[in-house]
Amino acid sequence: MDFMVFQYPMISVQACLDGILLGILFALIAYGMALQWGVMNIINIAQGDLVILGGYIAYFMYLYGIHPAWGVIVAPVIMYFVGIAIYKLVINKVVDRDLFISILATFGISILFMQLMNFAFGADVVLANSDYGTTMLFNNNVVLPNSKIFSAFISILFAICLVIYMKKSKLGRAIRATAQNARAAKILGVDTEKVYAATFGINAALCGVAGALISITFTIHPYMGLPYTIRSFMIVIVAGLGNLPGVAMSGMGLGVFEEFADYILGTEFRIGSVFLLLVLILIYRRFKLSKKREYLK
Amino acid sequence: MKNNLILYIGILIFGIAAPFIFPAFKVQLSILCVLIVLATTWNIQGGEMGYNSFGNILFYGLGMYLCASVQVGMFFPLAEWTESGGEKTFVHTPVQFFQGMAVGLIVAAVVPTIVAGLIGYSILGLRGHYFAICTLGLGVAAGEISGGIEIIGAGQGFTTPPFPDVGSLDSRGEFFYFLSFFVLVLTFVTVRSIYTTRFKLILNAIRDNEDKAEAMGIETMKYKIIGWMISAFFCGLAGGIMGGLVGYIDSTDVAFDGREMGVFMVLMAILGGKGTLWGPIIGATVFHIFKEGFWTFFLGWQYVALGVLIVVIVIYFPEGIMGWLREKYPERFGEVVDEKDRKAQVELK
Repeated sequence: MDFMVFQYPMISVQACLDGILLGILFALIAYGMALQWGVMNIINIAQGDLVILGGYIAYFMYLYGIHPAWGVIVAPVIMYFVGIAIYKLVINKVVDRDLFISILATFGISILFMQLMNFAFGADVVLANSDYGTTMLFNNNVVLPNSKIFSAFISILFAICLVIYMKKSKLGRAIRATAQNARAAKILGVDTEKVYAATFGINAALCGVAGALISITFTIHPYMGLPYTIRSFMIVIVAGLGNLPGVAMSGMGLGVFEEFADYILGTEFRIGSVFLLLVLILIYRRFKLSKKREYLK
Repeated sequence: MKNNLILYIGILIFGIAAPFIFPAFKVQLSILCVLIVLATTWNIQGGEMGYNSFGNILFYGLGMYLCASVQVGMFFPLAEWTESGGEKTFVHTPVQFFQGMAVGLIVAAVVPTIVAGLIGYSILGLRGHYFAICTLGLGVAAGEISGGIEIIGAGQGFTTPPFPDVGSLDSRGEFFYFLSFFVLVLTFVTVRSIYTTRFKLILNAIRDNEDKAEAMGIETMKYKIIGWMISAFFCGLAGGIMGGLVGYIDSTDVAFDGREMGVFMVLMAILGGKGTLWGPIIGATVFHIFKEGFWTFFLGWQYVALGVLIVVIVIYFPEGIMGWLREKYPERFGEVVDEKDRKAQVELK
């Protein structure tokens, strides 16, 4: 336990700003999860592993001498096709079935990806150095790496683009119609199979962007996927499906919580505190709903 | 009924004779017993009650740590033991070892049961996938947190007391085999007798429609918690034995291994056929043989194979072996079949 964070207010400011910038990234991943959950009614445990895979794409560009920031454009393109491939092989068989089947099947994909990445890229913690330097604020008391600001900016840009795409384009309309009522959409001539594939592809592409940004800002490791899945799940259940401002806010809230947990409890409890927070949030919602004799659906 | 009795006696005799028939596989057989215990107890939630838990690993890991720490802590200072990393500064005499193991196993069974009772009211109020994700979070959180606690070894792990030198070399394998076989028999007898009572019907009612069961006047929460406590009891015991068997406890790779053992128990029950008495046992046996085969022949690729296996089983084989047998030979399961109807159905397929 370390309470330095309360004695020096600048550390709190640092933690808050770090947390908000981090939270915007989480919100981007959570947006993808909300999309597939809302449209296809599946929970994808492999979400975090898709993020890490996207990160490795940017890292490899860095290794071959290309600036990793270009990964933000390359990773989603590759990940889109990876997503479509996963959909065609596995997900299309679990869409209409029990949610638990989708959880377990994607758990299998998650283990598979984790190990394949471990083989292909090695078990080292890596990062793609972007050389963006740092920004000093408040009399040099708060240090913000420019890469974090860059990643938050890019995340917001992608989120806005996607929202506009969903509102305006034909495919976006079809996706929203399928989310509302898949059967009715099918009757009215929407090829739901295609919509599902595109949704999963877009989700994977979003994960790719987030992963590329994470590899620039933080570190990546083949086994670090599951925490990202849990974070995005948590953000989605706090915000609710289809509530974009809520996703952004709860993403930032989670980011700030994590930074403070890191300072107060110590880095070794950071991931543990995220998972514990998920359990506590679920229990809180359960008791709140049980007063009205309802339960989480 | 008479047939069953002969079958049980046959299995019991085979179980007792197994370590002498396959002397090279004693450790594997003990692990198999532990796996069967885990799959069978998972089936109480996942199969009979319809609550798909990833969190039974919590009780398993808790039992593992508790058994080992009690065994050490009864005779030596625990902190110094973990700090020395299991070097031979402290040595258990045989009497101390067995006394510690006995007390440790009792603690390892009782404490998880109490924990299950305490957290059960909060957690079991969640339904469906929320329960699954919440218990997954519980298991991983326990692993991450126990990995930060100094006194039980933190990141470096915890070496359990080595088996004392008592005469022959093989006694370690035999001791752990018979211990785990005893727990397996205990689990089987308990679960089997549970499944003949009203309790099982209540669990099935919860699975089929919880709201209706509640409306019929069943206090579902009470039965859910009792079911989870029974699971926790045996998971704790299994964990305690596994800790001694492996000889080394690591927070995320051995004890609270939600990514492996936590999924294995689900997978074994599904492979065998959830919601049946024999399903998890058959599933665990097949899975263990399969897994060891992979470990031997595809060294390095075993987890890749495991991921593929999970996906294939879940998508193409969700009713499991028992479900398949039931469809193929319904007469054996006491179902009356209309031959004409069955033929028509086969033709339809």
